[in-house]
Amino acid sequence: MNYKFNIIDDKSLECKIVEFSNTNFKLDSDYILNNFKIAFKSFGTLNKKKNNVILVCHALTGDQYVTGYNPVTRREGWWSRMVGPNKPIDTNKFFVICSNVIGGCSGSTGPKEIDVNTNSPFGGKFPSITINDIVNAQNYLLESLSIKKLFAVIGGSMGAMQAIQWSLNYPDKIKNIIHIAGALKHSSQNIAFHEVGRQAIMNDNNWNKGSYNENGKRPETGLAVARMIAHITYLSENAMHRKFGRKLQSRDIISFGFDADFQVESYLRYQGRSFVERFDANSYLYLTRAMDYFDIVDKFSKAIEFPAIPNKHINYLVISFTSDWLFPTIENKEIVKKLNYFNRNVSFTEIETDKGHDSFLLDELELDFTINGFLESNYRKLESHD
Amino acid sequence: MINKFSIRKDWRLIESLIVENSRILDIGCGEGGLISQLEKNINAKTYGIEVNSELARKAIAEGLNVIEGNAEKDLDQYSNNSFDYVILSQTLQAMLKPKDVLLELLRIGSKAIVSFPNFGHWRIRLQLLFTGKMPMTKGLPYHWYETPNIHFFTIKDFENLCKELNIVIEKSIGLTSSGKQFSISKKLSNENLFTSEAIFLLSYKNFEPIKLKSKQKTFVGNSIIAR
Repeated sequence: MNYKFNIIDDKSLECKIVEFSNTNFKLDSDYILNNFKIAFKSFGTLNKKKNNVILVCHALTGDQYVTGYNPVTRREGWWSRMVGPNKPIDTNKFFVICSNVIGGCSGSTGPKEIDVNTNSPFGGKFPSITINDIVNAQNYLLESLSIKKLFAVIGGSMGAMQAIQWSLNYPDKIKNIIHIAGALKHSSQNIAFHEVGRQAIMNDNNWNKGSYNENGKRPETGLAVARMIAHITYLSENAMHRKFGRKLQSRDIISFGFDADFQVESYLRYQGRSFVERFDANSYLYLTRAMDYFDIVDKFSKAIEFPAIPNKHINYLVISFTSDWLFPTIENKEIVKKLNYFNRNVSFTEIETDKGHDSFLLDELELDFTINGFLESNYRKLESHD
Repeated sequence: MINKFSIRKDWRLIESLIVENSRILDIGCGEGGLISQLEKNINAKTYGIEVNSELARKAIAEGLNVIEGNAEKDLDQYSNNSFDYVILSQTLQAMLKPKDVLLELLRIGSKAIVSFPNFGHWRIRLQLLFTGKMPMTKGLPYHWYETPNIHFFTIKDFENLCKELNIVIEKSIGLTSSGKQFSISKKLSNENLFTSEAIFLLSYKNFEPIKLKSKQKTFVGNSIIAR
């Protein structure tokens, strides 16, 4: 450990930020990050044995505000219904850490942060980031907090990618993995949707090859359109129909124009508008790319068949949703099949819901029940073995 | 598929057939009652498959390794000889292709434990003979049009199938309808009449491993590779 770090309390972001320096942290792209920072929040208390740590990995547009108050959105955290005292991931028992991914825009090093070498924001000059890089950066964070073991790593969507990547990079540190609505690789269809979103951003005149922070005009229209497209993929046909049908927005008859006649249009426009207030367009480009580059099919097979670092002890829980067409059951099941083929500890359930990919963030009692039971019973087992 | 009392009895018998510290797969494990009992009592390392997702989640919430899945579709994900024992309790008669499932059990497990209701029981025979209607008993309480049990068979049928597939019946236990337990043997000719439920411990012809010593390596296999 040749690097230095400094943990600071960020008053305006209401979270802690670890500033690393002298890291010589080599990214997959060969770029070397010597200075970077990670913004994180923790909930609950670390017990004496330090065996109650849960790392929650956020999805594409998530942040470290997994629960409690989010000062940026001025709302509850993105998984408040799952994480907290007496919630399914119970912070009376567990010490939950959630950090903003590198490449993100909530305080961790990302395109909108200042590059110390040039003293201006990275913008489009930020290095390409992968899920592997994100996980390695999280490992720096845990080292700086002197946490050697994780009771569980939990994530949905891009968070699930991180969770499974953790099992490749640092299997000796992990006891349990909860992988929700993810896959071993980002599918062609998913890359396609991301590309449309990125094109919307990059074709916004304000984007300026990513250097928009200098002139103050941000590619808001492009980012909003990207969000609108993505939002459709997070829902399902049935859920959309149930929610909006063909209902008209604040009018009795159609306008014969291109206003938001339909409720679904108005809803998407609202989603787009509110997203640009909290998210950076460049971060969106970099992180969608990180997901696109994700493909650990071969690495995962090898790591399970011929573990370089022991990983047989890990208990995996894989969860999918029937109406998720972004990360469908069949992709999640690939992980289960591979684990079963090599006699590993794996549990799997497919939850029936029409809420699509977003189900993992929504009110799904079966999800709560499964996650809670899995964590608590495995924690009891751990305690009784100690 | 069968009442609770006889399931418990079934479980106790199944446990008695298993050696301690084994790796076990229970197909149709429900909430995981049997496998958690086997973990506790004989220190087994257990896995389960359950087709009903709510039951599977209950088992997962108990910290058991259970996957939601189907005995006829999802066994192919396990490699040969993954388990010491594979259990299929009271389910074979509900399979679309019981023969294929039976073969799969002995591919993924060194031994299989299969229990099923015996359709050759005298009460069932009499019901069909005298009423002329599909029999309904305590163990098989469904009308023909709603029963999950689609492939009825008797002990004799099962023994014949095992013979045809070169499967060795290592042990077989019969239970009478009043719960009396006896060992099914060839000498008793009326076992098929009195057994209401049967439990079989199966394996392939178990050759002793033959160790061949050469100068470089020791070959272990269940057939003679070279002289």
